[in-house]
Amino acid sequence: MSIQVKFFASLREQVGLSDTEINAADTVSDAWLQATGQQDLPARILVAVNLDYATLDTPIKDGDEVAFFPPVTGG
Amino acid sequence: MATQILDGDFQPYQWLSEFAQQLPIGKVGASASFIGSMRDFNDDTSVTRMTLEHYPAMTEKYLQQLEQRAHEKWPLDACLIVHRVGDIEIGDAIVLIGCWSAHRRAALDACAWLIEELKYNAPFWKKEQRPEGDIWVSENTDGT
Repeated sequence: MSIQVKFFASLREQVGLSDTEINAADTVSDAWLQATGQQDLPARILVAVNLDYATLDTPIKDGDEVAFFPPVTGG
Repeated sequence: MATQILDGDFQPYQWLSEFAQQLPIGKVGASASFIGSMRDFNDDTSVTRMTLEHYPAMTEKYLQQLEQRAHEKWPLDACLIVHRVGDIEIGDAIVLIGCWSAHRRAALDACAWLIEELKYNAPFWKKEQRPEGDIWVSENTDGT
């Protein structure tokens, strides 16, 4: 088992990855550090766990999908 | 569920018309709609084209939840949410919201609420092609 990590829009370009896999993480911010190789967290970042909005300290469990993205601009 | 994400141009007035034809005659007394289209300017600069990226699984789930929440908040007979992704040309429709109810207030209020919720929470991102280069739109305009 593992954790899927996804990046979208400007964050995808900034990190240089659209998706990756990590073995384990305690929280969303921990997943960011592991997936990006310890890159700094951008100031304006939104996160989702298993397709629902979450926060940086949301706990992560095996099999979760974590996503990082900038403020949304649809509509 | 009347939510749809489309990768290709669509005709919002045709969607409204076809959707409304499926509604029971005599029940609906009010319909309200919002259509958002692509401008050729933003932030006082010209824009030639645009690409809309999204987080497919989350967008689909979020729009379905949004429709459900609108039905819980207002006595709606039906509600329709359509959103484009991919390459967008000037004048193309980007988003369509339609709300149908027995009386006008529910349809109008639900429609206004839905577009604001969508703009600030649905995981879509615009990248504009401007004369000086491609740029990610960093935030929504305030709607006024």
